[in-house]
Amino acid sequence: MQEIFEKLRSITDDKTLNPAQKARYLSLEAENMLPYPALDAQTADALKQRVICDMYEGHAPYKPRYVLPDYSVVLKNGSEYLELPPPETLDETINTLMIAYHHVPSVTGIPVYIGQLDDLLLPFCDGVSDDALYRKIKLFWRYLDRVLPDAFMHANIGPTDNRVARAILRVDAELKQIAPNLTFLYDPKISTEDILAMATNNIVECSKPHIANHPMHAEHFDDRGYGIVSCYNVLPIAGGASTLTRVNLKEVALRADSTAHFFAEVLPHYMELNFRLIEARVDYLFNKSNFFTSFLVEEGWIDRDRFTVMYGIYAMAEAVNILQEKEGNAGQYGFDDVANALGYRMSEEMARIVQNRPLENVWRGRAMLHSQAGISIDEGATPGVRIPYGTEPDPVSHVQALAPHHQYYTSGISEILTVDETIKNNPEAMLQLCKGALESGFREFTANVASNDLVRVTGYMVRLSDIAKFKACRGSRTNTTALGAEAADGTGILDRKPRVVGHELSPSYGQ
Amino acid sequence: MNSPLATVNKILTYSCVDGPGNRLVIFLQGCNFNCVTCHNPYTVGLCDHCGACIPTCHANALEMVNGQIAFDPSACDQCDACLDICPISSSPMVQHISVEDILEIARKNKPFLNGITVSGGEATLQLKFVIALFEEVKADPELKSLTCFVDTNGHLGGQSWGRLLPVTDGVMLDIKAFNTALHHGLTGQDNAKTLKAAKTVQDAGKLYELRFLVIPGKTDTAAEIESLTSFARALGPDIRVRLNAFQHHGVRAEAEDWETMAKTGIDKIAAHLRKAGIPEVITPAFYL
Repeated sequence: MQEIFEKLRSITDDKTLNPAQKARYLSLEAENMLPYPALDAQTADALKQRVICDMYEGHAPYKPRYVLPDYSVVLKNGSEYLELPPPETLDETINTLMIAYHHVPSVTGIPVYIGQLDDLLLPFCDGVSDDALYRKIKLFWRYLDRVLPDAFMHANIGPTDNRVARAILRVDAELKQIAPNLTFLYDPKISTEDILAMATNNIVECSKPHIANHPMHAEHFDDRGYGIVSCYNVLPIAGGASTLTRVNLKEVALRADSTAHFFAEVLPHYMELNFRLIEARVDYLFNKSNFFTSFLVEEGWIDRDRFTVMYGIYAMAEAVNILQEKEGNAGQYGFDDVANALGYRMSEEMARIVQNRPLENVWRGRAMLHSQAGISIDEGATPGVRIPYGTEPDPVSHVQALAPHHQYYTSGISEILTVDETIKNNPEAMLQLCKGALESGFREFTANVASNDLVRVTGYMVRLSDIAKFKACRGSRTNTTALGAEAADGTGILDRKPRVVGHELSPSYGQ
Repeated sequence: MNSPLATVNKILTYSCVDGPGNRLVIFLQGCNFNCVTCHNPYTVGLCDHCGACIPTCHANALEMVNGQIAFDPSACDQCDACLDICPISSSPMVQHISVEDILEIARKNKPFLNGITVSGGEATLQLKFVIALFEEVKADPELKSLTCFVDTNGHLGGQSWGRLLPVTDGVMLDIKAFNTALHHGLTGQDNAKTLKAAKTVQDAGKLYELRFLVIPGKTDTAAEIESLTSFARALGPDIRVRLNAFQHHGVRAEAEDWETMAKTGIDKIAAHLRKAGIPEVITPAFYL
């Protein structure tokens, strides 16, 4: 008990956290005093050894990890529970959304999805001048960053070229805020070249938005569509993901005698244990937590049947290099054709296993494979299928080495291309790089420009100047700075050419 | 077909500093200038197979075969000791590459490319190859949307420009200095051809940008900047000037002791050019 008190006391008295941040860490400690959902001995052991990992989501899953409400429902019907009439003007619409966001749970307590904003707002823009729209979006954006200060909060726009998307891109480049994260859905048949150029010019300006390969994503979803949330997670709208658990491929490879042994026995074994971990967590959420009695379900914002699970994998680079060494091959992941082919084989095999394993209480009965970007405590394990920090080849070779993986990761995969700042004099190069990456089969294009203060840590943004301030013990207004600072110290953040880290989430205090 | 082979120092499939957009850049070996300020001096000389580099290669990637240096790229670990020792600013690692080889590389990287740029060295020294390459790109259904650019010091005669310009989409032309003696001191050559070339290229509508290396105490003088301003203005109303700032990367001999060019100085010159009516003045994205 003494130990627990000390830990709680270190949170309540922390110099750098604000009261809301302290309250969140205290609640996590309380949840984790409860026993874990029942696991068989093998699964529990693999979890303890962190060959599989639950992302420290907590011992009692009483809310889904990611929730993607269909916000058009509350805009159409209003909300009885929240005592909101349907909005009629743009101001009322934005106000309704601002209220709605506060009632959307997630693993961090802050909504990870704030909607397909152009679709939501456009019907209310008739008679609103471009200048008025710009000013309203600017206030909305300021509210989001200040009141919901978490870079995992994600807005979507596109694929059409429209006034709202343009106003958002203009405001986002101007304000250079951490939040919200932003994705432009690109469809070469629908989007104009002009709006894509506007989006890639924004990347040069502030390393945002991500550009999603819309046709490639859309084919995996139904007509209610999908949203890009948190970092770059692709999930059904009116649903989400109950949980994200992941397999550390490096740890799996270390337990294999050879490549053949890896594929025949070790990988399938640990993948099965990860399925069991998923089942235990989903069972708790669906059958014990009473989450689905929420007004969100009653009013139709979300549907119990539309929650998938994300099947994460990471540290492929290390796994491939370990197996290469066991086979007496010198070639390194990301650079050598044999090593790269071994990686593609892993992706294909894992996709096959995921496709063949039925799961209860999961959208369409199957998990969705995810190239997981890591958390701030990972060391010696490269995010997802990425090439290790500091060793990446030029952006074009980088894309070509990793593009064949992208077809398999239906719930999201992202590589961060770091581009040197000479591109600021030549934004056309960013546009072409983006088009080339998507045409080569990238699900998503993300780039950081070397000199920008705003940089991407896996899929979320931090300000380098905020990290410097946080380290000087002044604390930070935004929740993700602490994650960036942890990742900067513990992983390879500053090794990346020139500077990016790959970690999504700091799961608990002091880790 | 009697296809010419190029002597190539390096090929990049990603570059955003060699013309508009992302470009496939072919650095051709050999230059007719010998600038002390050159940032890749190992592209200047053509290898005479003297063999001085062979003992410096710790990876055993170099050997003498029938009086010629043979280079094994698979053994090389890019330590560049051979470049440091070379008495004539050359490289034993050059490759001899055909037009078809370059087209193949361009096809493989096509989705990422806005165009192809030949640079160097001095690209126009291998004029036959450059013309053949550009003709083939324009004749290839898959590649013809790529623009063909030349990065040059302009030291090329009028007749040769007459052959090159019809197959070229854009030229980046470097003027090292306007004062003849200064130019000679910096490059070992006169600038008359270069200045004439600027006009020829501009008249053909192919001058993408004029480049000028600003060196403190040498080319940042009032006289040089005035010459640059009036020269650029005389060329036409739509001229684009890129100011490069002298840095120590790669430079040789006495240039290593020269002061580097700071941002404040560049910004002042850029402001002067803009005020004088040059519509587009580009300054470095960063300073080392």
